Amino acid sequence: MTWTEYVFARRLGKAPSPGDVVELAPDLVGFHDLTGYHVLEMMEKMGGVKVFDVDKLVVAFDHLAPAPTVRAAEIQVYIRRHVRSIGLKNFHEVGEGILHQLILEKYALPAQFVFAADSHTNTAGAVGAFAQGMGASDIAAMLRLGKTWLVVPQPIKIEIRGSPSAAVTGKDVVLHLLSVYKAEGLNGRSADVYVERPRDFPMDYRATVANMSTELGADALMFVPDEETRAYLERTRGAAPHIDFKPSGKYADEYAVELERLEPLVAAPHSVDNVKPVSEVEGVEVDQVFIGSCTNGRLSDIEAAARILKRGRARARCIAVPASYAVFRQALEAGYVDVLTKAGCVVTYGTCGPCIGGHFGVLGPGEVAVSTSNRNFLGRMGANDSKVYLANAYTAAAAALEGKIVDPRKYL
Amino acid sequence: MEIRGRALVYGDKIDTDIIIPARYLVYTDPAILGQHAMEPLDPDFPKKAKGAIIIAGRAFGMGSSREQAATALKGAGVAAVVAESFARIFFRNAINTGLPVLQAPARGKVREGDEVLIRLEAGEVVNLTTGEVIKGKPLTGLALEILKAGGLVEYLKYIAKQQA
Repeated sequence: MTWTEYVFARRLGKAPSPGDVVELAPDLVGFHDLTGYHVLEMMEKMGGVKVFDVDKLVVAFDHLAPAPTVRAAEIQVYIRRHVRSIGLKNFHEVGEGILHQLILEKYALPAQFVFAADSHTNTAGAVGAFAQGMGASDIAAMLRLGKTWLVVPQPIKIEIRGSPSAAVTGKDVVLHLLSVYKAEGLNGRSADVYVERPRDFPMDYRATVANMSTELGADALMFVPDEETRAYLERTRGAAPHIDFKPSGKYADEYAVELERLEPLVAAPHSVDNVKPVSEVEGVEVDQVFIGSCTNGRLSDIEAAARILKRGRARARCIAVPASYAVFRQALEAGYVDVLTKAGCVVTYGTCGPCIGGHFGVLGPGEVAVSTSNRNFLGRMGANDSKVYLANAYTAAAAALEGKIVDPRKYL
Repeated sequence: MEIRGRALVYGDKIDTDIIIPARYLVYTDPAILGQHAMEPLDPDFPKKAKGAIIIAGRAFGMGSSREQAATALKGAGVAAVVAESFARIFFRNAINTGLPVLQAPARGKVREGDEVLIRLEAGEVVNLTTGEVIKGKPLTGLALEILKAGGLVEYLKYIAKQQA
């Protein structure tokens, strides 16, 4: 059996065929402030805010948090009222973290079905969960009924071989996959990812790959649980569930990523699959750098930024946002926050910040940003004629330091 | 279901940030959202969208889970969207919102302003201006049922009534 088949078979009793429409119960359902009020509105239209199992719901305020406008604050007031009335325990207030990071740190487990009202829900695939985003109506119906429907995806296999070279991270793996499969190229498919040297490709990197599988259009991308998964779950949950999976079965497609051959990559404006080696865009002048988001706001990203920005003051505006309070505390204790603030970065925690162009660093007309987030669509981070280069935290920090895009390897 | 309208032609990868920028996601009212539909790409869109059928290329609706992408198009008066392929979440959102969607390779075979008829169950796009019939993917099963009911809220009400 493939991992995808195993996950479905575990829930349904037998493995369905790709293309089958199946009904199943979710293990975990989530929403954030910006989709949450819409979910609750839809639930009211469906007959009222009633949740099938309140302990399976996770809510985090992350998108417009802290509230930058009265309307954003009003949305939060509305959600808080409902959260109290249903007696929700898994509620994360402003500053606790980005929903996907909290699901990864605290909730998701291998082979679970995780659905949330946000496209980057795929992130929980880092621990081997079948995780995907859905819209407000689907999540509203799921919360009321305790079930949803899915079209079973076609599994493909991705192998990650070798060990990453200097300044190469999970971001470069997923940007490479975007250059191979293109945006939405994995529509209708789920990717089972096998790592040859599990401890050389840590959970932070896996989370980035799973996160941007959304940009690949994958129904889900799951890292098949291995010793790194077990170690991560033991560290964060105290224990890891036993998984009796032995890989077998045929995949519709197989692809191997050779880490030794990768170099730092960027996705140039305005498409996530407009992928180039950083050397090809060296010299592009940069107004703002953003290091953070559910894609790359984890400890290894903040560490990477600090390794570069310890060399001096940033020439470009620099905004660094650890994805959760837990990551922020670790970064603080490790001294990275000190390094970043001395370099002139604005550092906060637990918000999506400038990623969606909502607040905390919206781009002005004609401005250029290097961002560790996941989308460089037209107008994504602000003005319609602003430009976003997506990159890993090393490249982003080096761009902040020099005020232009440079190959970060010269600083390592 | 059959829908008839005038074609508005767009390219590949019309993403959700183009369909409705994130700054408008603090609203769910179709009338407000409709005024800003496609704003970054085509500010005149709301003026020409009423009763129109969008003809687009690959990966229409790629990006975020925002249901407002479908709501905005509907609010602007779009009658249906035909695309070579759709992003998974957008496709579901369109169905759940009652916005007809059809997967068919119509781009290149329909020009801006052509009169178009689409037949969802047959998966057909008919260019009434040229007479050409373009074969796509029929809409079937649960997705068709939900769309026919007018969206997921209406579908669930219908199911509850059947069970009562």
